[in-house]
Amino acid sequence: MNEFEVSRRRFIGASAAAGGLAAATAKTAHAAAQTSAAPVRTPEMVDVTLEVNGRRHPLSIEPRTTLLDALREELRLSGTKKGCDRGSCGACTVHVDGARVLSCLTLAARCEGKAVTTIEGLAAEGELHPMQAAFLARDGLQCGYCTPGQIMSAIALVEEGRAVSDDAIREWMSGNICRCGAYPHILAAIKDVAGSGSRS
Amino acid sequence: MENFTLANAATLDAALAAAQQPDAKFIAGGTDLLQLMKDEVERPQRLVDLHGLPLDQFSIGDDGARIGALVKMSDLADNPDLRRRYPVIAEALLASASPQVRNMATIGGNLLQRTRCGYFRDTGVAACNKRRPGSGCSAILGFNRLHAVLGGSDYCIATHPSDLAVALAALDAAVEVQGSDGVRTVPINEFYLVPGGTPERETVLRPGDLITAILVPPPGMGERSHYLKLRDRASFEFALVSAAVAIALDDGRIRVARIAVGGVGTKPWRLPNVEAALAGAAVTPTVLTEAAAHAAEGARPFRDNAFKIALMQRAVARALATVTA
Repeated sequence: MNEFEVSRRRFIGASAAAGGLAAATAKTAHAAAQTSAAPVRTPEMVDVTLEVNGRRHPLSIEPRTTLLDALREELRLSGTKKGCDRGSCGACTVHVDGARVLSCLTLAARCEGKAVTTIEGLAAEGELHPMQAAFLARDGLQCGYCTPGQIMSAIALVEEGRAVSDDAIREWMSGNICRCGAYPHILAAIKDVAGSGSRS
Repeated sequence: MENFTLANAATLDAALAAAQQPDAKFIAGGTDLLQLMKDEVERPQRLVDLHGLPLDQFSIGDDGARIGALVKMSDLADNPDLRRRYPVIAEALLASASPQVRNMATIGGNLLQRTRCGYFRDTGVAACNKRRPGSGCSAILGFNRLHAVLGGSDYCIATHPSDLAVALAALDAAVEVQGSDGVRTVPINEFYLVPGGTPERETVLRPGDLITAILVPPPGMGERSHYLKLRDRASFEFALVSAAVAIALDDGRIRVARIAVGGVGTKPWRLPNVEAALAGAAVTPTVLTEAAAHAAEGARPFRDNAFKIALMQRAVARALATVTA
């Protein structure tokens, strides 16, 4: 207890009637919390433990927090991109329990007990995932903003067994928009991985 | 997005009770609801999370199909029995949204997705009787290329966006609904309402009702079905026009024809006049084209969407040709 608090308490103690002391002390504690760096806990906050790329992260968040915002703002995993934030572009694609989903339309509070994989979780021991390597080898990007989502979708597509033809790959990649128009190179990268039988 | 409280419903009864609170909404896949909440078209104070309820099973057999409301679109679309018995449902699902959305969105939620009318989803300057009753309709005199030519009123010409609902309309499916007063079954063709003077009322659901399952009758003897969807781009787009057809043939003649269209109506739209023109007819290209021409009856075009009428006639003719080939 520092000197300031002591003197403040003495002051409150001296000026308040005995009956009002408890309430006045609580008010002091509240004022102290607001000046500290700790986030203010509102009644709407919910506790959730997000398991992301094999690591568990206990969080206290608002129910309206999307998985996308929790990844980027709370966990500082900014590899997952926010494009449209309305489910139309696919830049925010991640895997939840192995299925590709849109993190912008997923509430983080509903992800308790689920395994989330993001672009940051793909490279094992510093070695790129084959799909990441194929996107590099085939120049499957220009500005790169849609690329994490493209890669997460592409990996799921191969695992789902959809890479049976060029048309099928295009159809099953249709949830990922590339403004730069790198589609032919993205297709080539996916075909490289699907055809090689390597880990995907 | 405004904040809200989020409550898990452990049982069906708990979900129904929680839904009785003011400003409460169910959330299943959330793919449409969260878009609407981000755009502040919807502003629920409470969300009741359904995902723990045992409504995620489906069965498909000789006596028809029962599809739990929480079944994911992707899980249903991938089922071999569904693809064999009800190709029109599988094709409608696979033509819907994107792989990611289909991994999230549920069958029950799909039926209750809101219209894609840009004026409905624009809370800025647009007037919309569906969003704010009495505020007017910006679409009727505005940009209405994507709007309905069937079933509209002076209050609303927004299309219903679901592909699945169009397929179910052609199959005479039914919606199982649980309310506070028990379970009831509503034929899908009586489930949706045309806008009339109350476009904010879209279905016969009452506040707090929950869709628990979709019931599909077994296909008739020799019945084939098909879904054709025409859109502005090849994939991940809502329909300009779609056609769901279910046909049973007898010796080259059409015994039964059930046809519904999407993208053109304020609800999934059955075409009884086309069906009547086909009943008992021999399958020839001329018969199919002439029957499909009846699809235009009652259609009312607006400034930008007259093209949908001819497109609808051709879509129906092509879907019929495909399914009878």
